Amino acid sequence: MLERGEVANSWRRERWDSLRLLTPNWQTRLPGFPYQGSDPDGYMTVAEVTEFIERYAAFSRAPVRTGVNVTSVRRADDGYHVTTSQGEIRCRTLVIASGACNRPVVPGLSEGVPPEIEQVTPFDYREPGRLPDGGVLVVGASATGVQLAAELRRSGRPVILSVGEHVRLPRVYRGRDVLWWMDVSGVWDQRYDEIEDLTRARRLPSPQLVGTPERATLDLNTLTGMGVELVGRWAAVRDGSALFSGGLRNMFSLADLKMNRLLGTFDEWAVTHGRDAEVGPVERFEPTRPPASPRLRIDLRGGEIRTIVWATGFRPDYSWLHVPVVDDKGHLRHDGGVVTDSPGMYALGLPVLRRRRSTFINGIEPDAREVIDHLARHLGLPR
Amino acid sequence: MTTVTNGVNVQALLDAREALKKSPEAAQFVWRASSKWQNGVHTTITVKDFYGLGEERAHKSESVFQADHPEVFAADDNGITPIEYLLVGLASCLTAGVASVAQNRGIQLRSVEATVEGRHDIRGILGADPDVRNGYNDIKVTFNIDADASREEIEALVAQSQKRSAVFDALTNPTDVTVEVA
Repeated sequence: MLERGEVANSWRRERWDSLRLLTPNWQTRLPGFPYQGSDPDGYMTVAEVTEFIERYAAFSRAPVRTGVNVTSVRRADDGYHVTTSQGEIRCRTLVIASGACNRPVVPGLSEGVPPEIEQVTPFDYREPGRLPDGGVLVVGASATGVQLAAELRRSGRPVILSVGEHVRLPRVYRGRDVLWWMDVSGVWDQRYDEIEDLTRARRLPSPQLVGTPERATLDLNTLTGMGVELVGRWAAVRDGSALFSGGLRNMFSLADLKMNRLLGTFDEWAVTHGRDAEVGPVERFEPTRPPASPRLRIDLRGGEIRTIVWATGFRPDYSWLHVPVVDDKGHLRHDGGVVTDSPGMYALGLPVLRRRRSTFINGIEPDAREVIDHLARHLGLPR
Repeated sequence: MTTVTNGVNVQALLDAREALKKSPEAAQFVWRASSKWQNGVHTTITVKDFYGLGEERAHKSESVFQADHPEVFAADDNGITPIEYLLVGLASCLTAGVASVAQNRGIQLRSVEATVEGRHDIRGILGADPDVRNGYNDIKVTFNIDADASREEIEALVAQSQKRSAVFDALTNPTDVTVEVA
């Protein structure tokens, strides 16, 4: 098991200071290793996640070789030839578990941003104090975007949030964490081969959630209430100005309708499974309030914006993978983690790899069992 | 599910989507219009040919449109104003989307009506105030839909139709426009 840095490397180096897991502690479990702390409904800090993974490495006695960076993987006669910073390795099978978030995505229009504006990605960002004083334009309204917009606004800065398609969720629904509902109602167990539009499901932005001790909802209405200005999707830079889409209201409608459909499936599940009495009454939330007249153009040269935070998602990095199994969008071609075009190659920990819970810490166990079953059959091992 | 007949051949559209995923070059269309100045601010526009699926194509028949300005603009009003054509495009595009999405979702439509209003401060085009833009300040579309569906399902049809609308996108996002003299 090769690790380019230390155990829990990306948690140590690629996260901002205030981040907590989106999943409550009781859901933070690895095979044979449940959460055993005193705050099952809380959300782990980055330091706590790092420690959790370190303890699991010791518990599982996984043969981790740290400080080994893979620089190339090529097909060999009966398997793969792996070049690393610590030498060459031959293997018959290979599991790619490097994740989907190796590089922040920064759209091409960033090239038109005037040089006096500082641009940061979530990999560079640590805390508000490290950014210049003055206005911030946060681009993207997934979990990252809404969390950073709120934190920067609380630091006293004027904040504008550019909003495209997003996933709205309340933190708590009918008295239970919304991810409790995802877990127990079977939404997270929906399999990849049962999902009608799998490409779309795999591209879905992370939900607008934050893990805080108060279990507070962080949706666009919360941000509006804090004084964050909402604008549409950033469409272009023209003559030194950022131009935003005028389709913002429909972004709100799509997200509100989708949230209400999901809450409706939870309500239905509670009734059909006899759980209606143990949860709170049915709730519906205020529709997202559109700004009276959202700005379509912001002058980037006027000094209003000092910093741009690109919360526009992440992509995997397969630059080291010299096997033709990556599609023209940069995603690994696989069937539920089995890279069918290259026998003996597997993947774990990608969005909706085998089920909707695949990218959550608690989603690895069922995926790993099924993928490793396939791997063992490939090697002709008895199971 | 009972058979829904909104008159949209959704299967053909879904088949085209799959086919074009594999051959994106065939998906490249060019739409065209030709205009001819008549007199004053009256122009005649014809639309017939277009390019798509790898070859030159044409509508079954040529369409001719008159564009002019109303008498309050001191014009002859031989036809609607150019900016009203944008409303024509938006209403028809969103309505086509509603019908297609309804067909795909098995929702029978009985009637779909829309009113489109664009608020326009004409001081911009007259050059009376440099801070006023030339185009619409905002546009409001109101749908009135009678269908075998809940209000939420109807709202979802309208939202999805905006999400996949060419004219909605063209109006809400900037487009790179080149105008030159031949």
